[in-house]
Amino acid sequence: MTRELFLELFTGLLREMIRIRRFEEKCVELYSATKIRGFLHLCIGEEAVAVGVVGALSEDDAVVSTYREHGHALARGVPMPSIMAEMFGKATGCSGGRGGSMHLFDASRRFYGGNAIVAGGMPVAVGLALADHLSDDRAVTVCLFGDGAFAEGEFHESANLAALWNLPVLFCCENNRYAMGTALAREHASTDLAMRAAAYGMVAWTVDGMDVIAVREATDRALEYVRDSGKPCFLELRTYRFRAHSMYDPDRYRDKSEIATWKKSDPIPALEAKLVSDGLMTPAEVERWRAGVEAEVDAEIAAAVESADAAPLEPVEDLLRHVTTEAADGVALLAGGRST
Amino acid sequence: MGEFRMPSLGADMEQGVLIEWLVKVGDSVKRGDVVAVVETPKSTVEVECFETGTVTRLLAEEGQTVPVGEALALLGSASEVEPTMPVRVEVPVAVSATVPAAAAVGVPSPAPLGSTSRPPLSPVLRHLARELGVDPRTLHGSGRDGALTRHDVEQAAAAVSTPAVAAATVTAAAPATAAAPSTRPAAPSTRPAATGGAHPGSRHRVRISPLARRLAAEEGVDLAVLQGSGPDGSIRAADVHRATRHTESEQPSPPRATPRVDVKPEATSVAPSPPPMSDMRRSIAALMTVSNQEIPHYHLSLTIDLWRSIQWMKERNRELEMSERLVPAALLLVATARAARAVPELNGHWIEGAFRPAADIDLGLILSLRSGGLLVPAIGGADRLTVEEMMARIKVLTRRARSGRLRGSDLVPPSITVSNLGDQGVDSVLGVIYPPQVGLVGFGAPAERPWAVDGMLGVRPLVTVTLAGDHRATDGATGSRLLKTIDRLLQAPEEL
Amino acid sequence: MSRRSTMTVAKDAAVEAVTAPEVSREASREASPEEAPATVTTTYREALREAHREVLARDPRVFLMGEDVGRYGGSFAVSLGLLEEFGEERIRDTPLSESAFTGAGIGAALRGLRPIVEIMTVNFSLLALDQIMNNAATLRHMSGGQLSVPMVIRMTTGAGRQLAAQHSHSLEGWYASIPGIRVIAPATLEDARGMLGPAVEDPDPVVLFEHGSLYNLSGTLPVDPVRVDIESAAVRRAGTDITFIAYAGGLGKALAAADLLAAESISAEVIDLRVLRPLDDATIMASVTRTHRVVIVDEAWRTGSLAAEISARIVEQAFFELDAPIERVCAAEVPVPYAHHLEEAALPQAEDIAAAARRAVGAHG
Repeated sequence: MTRELFLELFTGLLREMIRIRRFEEKCVELYSATKIRGFLHLCIGEEAVAVGVVGALSEDDAVVSTYREHGHALARGVPMPSIMAEMFGKATGCSGGRGGSMHLFDASRRFYGGNAIVAGGMPVAVGLALADHLSDDRAVTVCLFGDGAFAEGEFHESANLAALWNLPVLFCCENNRYAMGTALAREHASTDLAMRAAAYGMVAWTVDGMDVIAVREATDRALEYVRDSGKPCFLELRTYRFRAHSMYDPDRYRDKSEIATWKKSDPIPALEAKLVSDGLMTPAEVERWRAGVEAEVDAEIAAAVESADAAPLEPVEDLLRHVTTEAADGVALLAGGRST
Repeated sequence: MGEFRMPSLGADMEQGVLIEWLVKVGDSVKRGDVVAVVETPKSTVEVECFETGTVTRLLAEEGQTVPVGEALALLGSASEVEPTMPVRVEVPVAVSATVPAAAAVGVPSPAPLGSTSRPPLSPVLRHLARELGVDPRTLHGSGRDGALTRHDVEQAAAAVSTPAVAAATVTAAAPATAAAPSTRPAAPSTRPAATGGAHPGSRHRVRISPLARRLAAEEGVDLAVLQGSGPDGSIRAADVHRATRHTESEQPSPPRATPRVDVKPEATSVAPSPPPMSDMRRSIAALMTVSNQEIPHYHLSLTIDLWRSIQWMKERNRELEMSERLVPAALLLVATARAARAVPELNGHWIEGAFRPAADIDLGLILSLRSGGLLVPAIGGADRLTVEEMMARIKVLTRRARSGRLRGSDLVPPSITVSNLGDQGVDSVLGVIYPPQVGLVGFGAPAERPWAVDGMLGVRPLVTVTLAGDHRATDGATGSRLLKTIDRLLQAPEEL
Repeated sequence: MSRRSTMTVAKDAAVEAVTAPEVSREASREASPEEAPATVTTTYREALREAHREVLARDPRVFLMGEDVGRYGGSFAVSLGLLEEFGEERIRDTPLSESAFTGAGIGAALRGLRPIVEIMTVNFSLLALDQIMNNAATLRHMSGGQLSVPMVIRMTTGAGRQLAAQHSHSLEGWYASIPGIRVIAPATLEDARGMLGPAVEDPDPVVLFEHGSLYNLSGTLPVDPVRVDIESAAVRRAGTDITFIAYAGGLGKALAAADLLAAESISAEVIDLRVLRPLDDATIMASVTRTHRVVIVDEAWRTGSLAAEISARIVEQAFFELDAPIERVCAAEVPVPYAHHLEEAALPQAEDIAAAARRAVGAHG
């Protein structure tokens, strides 16, 4: 690759990570200001996974995600205004105001949602891959989940089924070392997750999830493998969330020094440093470039907030829409007559 | 100049307590800095600010409860700091001071050890030891690292002297015994309809099916005068239908009045389902069943010498037209009505667990129909009637009843009822009270019998009068007074 | 051709079916075919199998998966022979992973296929309840209408075969409380034969309950498939004095009770709910308006049951038609016991239904 191509790739990854970081930071502020309600889970610190994995997919591939999915959705190209509107509970939200932060959906981009049941999306991902398998489609379904999901029966059932039936699923375990407040070693007898996944007969690698380039390279290789073999693959992406589990989490279960240590591997400064050390930019250029990107991103975020604020609420008369296809019975229920 | 506000830390958070300021006036803060500690109902959380600047003023004090969204501090440029502002927190507490000493990443901090090197007693064993009256501190553990095991505790308990064990057993057993009755689950009814039937004392909250209630409203039928044929006397659609049929076909004159029981059993000849039973029979069955099930009856009887009354009656009849001539029943009814006035405890109704005396003497008169069945028209203000007037009323009522043309005024609820079976030739009547009345007076057939009068045996016309009394409302002494009063009145017929 | 293959498979396949399937399917053609349609003698089990065969043959997007649906022939022999006819890709044996294969059905449906997922019994479906409740029933709504889950989840339900407390429960009412799914319960041969087709075509998830005591139910069906809907309840017997509302295993008992009562000149109307969600309120209320008395028969526990829901709806919508308290005949509130006499005592029986009816009409007090 030429220097220009490297520069373009690296700055592209960096820009997307900054975009997600700034978006998440804005979410904190909006939550504090009661614009966003419900549960809010942020991926600050884990941007390399979102950008490295999801950014590597082709249009035909599918994504099944978790409740910590803002970064995945943004990296997948779900428009920021529709995500913001969703979190504001507005009609223009990507789920019509029915999902919120934990349930972002975009069928047109094959983004099958934030699933708020830990591991609940995994069997669905296997089924999407089964359909592709039965249709001789070369699409890959990427299933993102956390280290907590690895402890659920549904992970083990799904991993076994995908391997047994040779289904094109890329399992991406976003291991941020905590299942809510429970540390990895306190929930797993063996903390080498890739090794355990390999026991299901899958190719499984461990990747430094704080290094976006490593993540992207591993994902590219994994996708190629899955597409060519039709078999599943497992990536354990070791990462860390810098913020608490959710807005309500006092973060009592880990030391601040631990967070500080991990922040030294913050994927954004790490990639900026690489730009300098690889001789692609000078520190001053990085500084200038970054200021420009932040200004663009902040403007995009501000516009998204503004449009979400101005967006209409879904009319209450439509409360019972989208329960079933016609929802005729549901509408009648509101009217007090025949009900479902 | 910006504001730092009480943040929302959950959709259910409405306010928070400012526990601690981590900044003071004059401190410069930047976006993302932790500036305060806030307590929510769920936890204590360090909160950050979203602007960069200098703290110019603290608006809330530590310990203060502040609604979400309200300003806690003002931020501005360094020059805006108000030096005169009293600052409660002289020494800002460093963030790191609030957390435990730093531990290396991934190294679990060892669990704090107690004063002894022995592993702590597990909750299960602690419970067991307490139950068995064993002090675990006195025991030596045989487990790993000297840990106490279940065996250690049980063995120690076995070694304890017998009285101590007995005491422990007793104390353990006592609460269990005491708890037993309350923990036994109430047997759920699998037959709600069956158990739902009997509500003591609620009989006069008349049970009416929703359909019957609707039909009655549509047809203008007064539910209050209907007798229910359903379970526990509940009024059902069929009862309303009967009443409407009767009103339409038999009773054009009195509007909105409905007989207590049907007059025309032949109208129900098209019985929809077996067993064949007239509607009237059903009504009687239901009412009498209720009476016998709910009313504790007592029965009294008294034989009365009618010689004077009959003599008086014969005298009167000589003066009267044939059509106006008296029969003994007229005297018996007048005497009963007057007696009821004298003994008001038996004239009235038992409603919702209490006796309600009636203002008037509305004397019910049981009339048996030739076609079978009964009617109970009432003679209002019966105690104010003369014997001749009573005779006239009896004739009219009998005629109307037998022709099915009773009027609404004939069907007021009686306050006491007379059953006169004299014409049936029986000696006495052991009656069943018509609820909600509390007394039923029965007369057998007057007949000439040997009777001692003033020590001499003679032949006299006698009648046996009986009282069926509701023991909830009165006792036998009251009932006796009524019968004795009837007797006394009949011995002075000229005063009736 | 398909009929012939059924016979062949039934004879050849070495299958340990729970109950030997009755596969005599001789078409008995009437003298004048124009007037009387040709019929076959069949069973509930065979009718279900024939329904599978029809949808598999008709729509290449349809496939069946579940535990032992293929080589074993189905734990209740419903899918016996289908593997040989349609191949491993479309008749898929799964591991004992209820959650994973049910979720996989959801995923495949999201991608446009028409999966039929068989779960052995409703008790086992609790292992997949996360997928059914949290995904199948919610994805359409949670995505603001973007997603559709056109799948059928079949499972056996009900007691009466001495299978004790982990294979006998009737949890249909639980499922019937979930918005976003349709719940159907065929109780007749016609419905066993006809309901799967429209269920597969439904754009939303359909949970189909097969009552374990009905698999051997036999009778005749027209040779040509009869279309039935999955919308409405059916009046299986007309009557004037009282309405019986029943479904699945309760239907036969309700009809038997109606026979008992007919001898006493009490005329019972019998409604087969067929569709447990959404409930066909119109048919129920119309019948109650005619008879003014109701007995609801439900093999589930009384507390919080479908019978409770129906009872509430009648009170809400037809209160002023009622001439007697609503009666419910439900299972005793115990885990279903093993011993035959205890199991029978725990379940609604025809005599219980008749007794409830007598109370309601006021006969014998």
